[in-house]
Amino acid sequence: MTIAVAMSGGVDSSTAAAILAEKSRSEQAGGEPRIVGLTMQLWNQRRLPALQGLPEGIEPGRASGRCCSLDDVYDARRVASFLGIPYYVVNFERRFEEEVVRPFVEQYLAGETPIPCSRCNTEIKFEQFVETARQIGAERIATGHYARIHQDKRTGRYRLLVAVDRSKDQSYFLFGLTQEQLSRAIFPLGKLTKQQVRAIAREKRLPVAEKPESQEICFVPGGSYRGFIAAYLAEQGARMEDRPGELVTTDGRTLGEHHGVQHFTVGQRKGLGVAAGSPLYVIEIDAAKNRVVVGRNEDLFKRRCRVRNVNWIRPVAEGERISACVRIRNKHLPAPATVEALAGAEANIEFAEPQRAITPGQAAVFYDGEEVVGGGWILGAD
Amino acid sequence: MRRIYLDNNATTPLAPEVFEAMKPYLIDEGFGNASSIHWYGQRAKAALEEARESVARLINAQASEIVFTSGGTESDNTALFGVVAAAAADSHGADRPAHLITTTIEHHAVLYAAQALEARGVRVTYVPVGSSGVVDPGDIERAITPETALISVMHSNNELGSIQPVEEISRIAREHGIVFHTDAVQSAGKIPIDVKKLGVHLLSLSAHKLYGPKGVGALYIRKGTSLRPLMYGGHHERDRRPGTENVSGIVGFGRAAELAIQGLCDESHRIAALRGRLEEGILQQVSDATVHCSRSPRLPNTSSIRFDHVEGEGFVIAADLLGLACSTGAACSSGSLEPSHVLSAIGMSKEQARSTIRFSLGRHNTEDDIHQAVEIIPQVVERLRSLSPHYKKEAVSL
Repeated sequence: MTIAVAMSGGVDSSTAAAILAEKSRSEQAGGEPRIVGLTMQLWNQRRLPALQGLPEGIEPGRASGRCCSLDDVYDARRVASFLGIPYYVVNFERRFEEEVVRPFVEQYLAGETPIPCSRCNTEIKFEQFVETARQIGAERIATGHYARIHQDKRTGRYRLLVAVDRSKDQSYFLFGLTQEQLSRAIFPLGKLTKQQVRAIAREKRLPVAEKPESQEICFVPGGSYRGFIAAYLAEQGARMEDRPGELVTTDGRTLGEHHGVQHFTVGQRKGLGVAAGSPLYVIEIDAAKNRVVVGRNEDLFKRRCRVRNVNWIRPVAEGERISACVRIRNKHLPAPATVEALAGAEANIEFAEPQRAITPGQAAVFYDGEEVVGGGWILGAD
Repeated sequence: MRRIYLDNNATTPLAPEVFEAMKPYLIDEGFGNASSIHWYGQRAKAALEEARESVARLINAQASEIVFTSGGTESDNTALFGVVAAAAADSHGADRPAHLITTTIEHHAVLYAAQALEARGVRVTYVPVGSSGVVDPGDIERAITPETALISVMHSNNELGSIQPVEEISRIAREHGIVFHTDAVQSAGKIPIDVKKLGVHLLSLSAHKLYGPKGVGALYIRKGTSLRPLMYGGHHERDRRPGTENVSGIVGFGRAAELAIQGLCDESHRIAALRGRLEEGILQQVSDATVHCSRSPRLPNTSSIRFDHVEGEGFVIAADLLGLACSTGAACSSGSLEPSHVLSAIGMSKEQARSTIRFSLGRHNTEDDIHQAVEIIPQVVERLRSLSPHYKKEAVSL
């Protein structure tokens, strides 16, 4: 069996490749190369000249680690050559722009707080990448994600589980995977801690063993959404329109003016442009009415929310209500809730305790203990 | 795994005889600087001039008309920038900008140089070609203006193998008193080239396409052609290309040229026959496959084939994993998103261009290679098509 490993040039995917390469060597000594390294070229970093050069406050050393920079491709190639596995760069720029970048921009402009990584996983890494892998004769793919996949021997279904290293767990970004996608995926790092991964990388003397971690969204250099979106729109011949609107309180009083809903995110405190006796927070963004609703910290706590485009990894019937722990953002501690499956791939979530800043555009992921039951995209809360 | 190399238009392996010829100039007493007065310098100089004779013989030129460069790209750039600069110097005070004529299927070394000249105010006409992959000399003639300073048309196309009517275009250029350059990088060593017969002023060559080393090329500059150098420095290469000569590389180029002269006729027949077998084998076993430009005059070694509903990138990787090396187009544009400009120029849609694979044969290919390639190719095509959502949907529904 041939396995295609997605190699980004970082320490995680490099170590995943190293683990699989060693396993393949010991299993079939002298056999055909069965681990193939592939780097997905997703975005051309030289494309938006306005973002060239280092964004303010970014140290030169940190600037690499941006996705698909020449440095990262260079690193991935170096690791593949070090491991003695065949390696290729495959170009998914067009798909990435259509499936990830454009929706990201549209959501942002609509006042949502998008997370492009989930879409990238479902649409690119576990869709297009799987297809390319199959084209080249690899029926399975491996990535450096921190999560686990278990096949239920009785039902044959695949279950998605959180990583052993909870601090690195990436299951939140993987809720959209289908049974077909899970059946083809291998996560060699799911049972390891980050420390162990680093240690393996060092022990194997991988050329990227000491490479620093990248945290930001890969195609947004320096983490500046605003800068990226302005540059992207300019390239498309459009402009980021600052449509001023009303800044209102939860009880409907007008406090002043905002300069465009896209500049706000739920829970934000700074930069509201109004002074008040007590600290003010963004409670809700109403793109349809072009209004930003502000209020007190306690107004941010909500018990109910609706989600759309729900993917159930464990089958749940329409109308069924399940108890689950629901995570509403990556670093959020899953909170007990009741999830009701609705028609049209929607669901209602009712938390046992109110949750702070349930943000449209983010994902709500349902956990049953270690298992990801499913998840969807947050529409709104009340 | 037995590997088959069918990407000889990207580069060729160094011939053992070439390596042997280069050795004394790399690790032995041939290391001297060809400009030095002493014995060491003289040895290097003698080898350099001998190589110049050999390269000149390959294209029936005078040795004094050969300038060594770092490769095909530098030769092309020198020709384009050099002629335009010389024309500008001759006609200073002219109020109309210089004009350059080239085609839409040129190598990037010409195409991008032309675009750079455009940015400097030169007017450029890119003459289109039809599905034959061959430019019509009449179209070139119609593009000529009183300001035309240079016509540059490649001798043969690197992706399609189509051979251009250079002799005829050259005649037209001469009739209008215009300097004519041809990029013969892909032709040299594969088909005979005679600069006297062609009547060109400038001709680009590269060593590594004919079993010589990488990093060496030449520009043929017909005696009396006026052009400015690209770089400034010492008085090397008769003031036409400064920089200490790459003696070992140039010696290798010379030896490679000699080998090409010796074997050219027999070898091109043998390779043409192998290519015939390859194309026949593919067309017999694979449906919806089309050989591009098969009715045009072609290089004997090049085969550009479109496999409908096959993604070229996947094909090349899959074939490589099975031991067959080929390419989607020019190696220089691999990995880029845009479909090959050459395939677009001959009227291919984006999808068709992405489904095109180039096989280019060489000296080392045997009948066994072709036999094995003909076994691998249908296998890969079938797998890729089985994964394509567009292929044979109609047939399935019948």
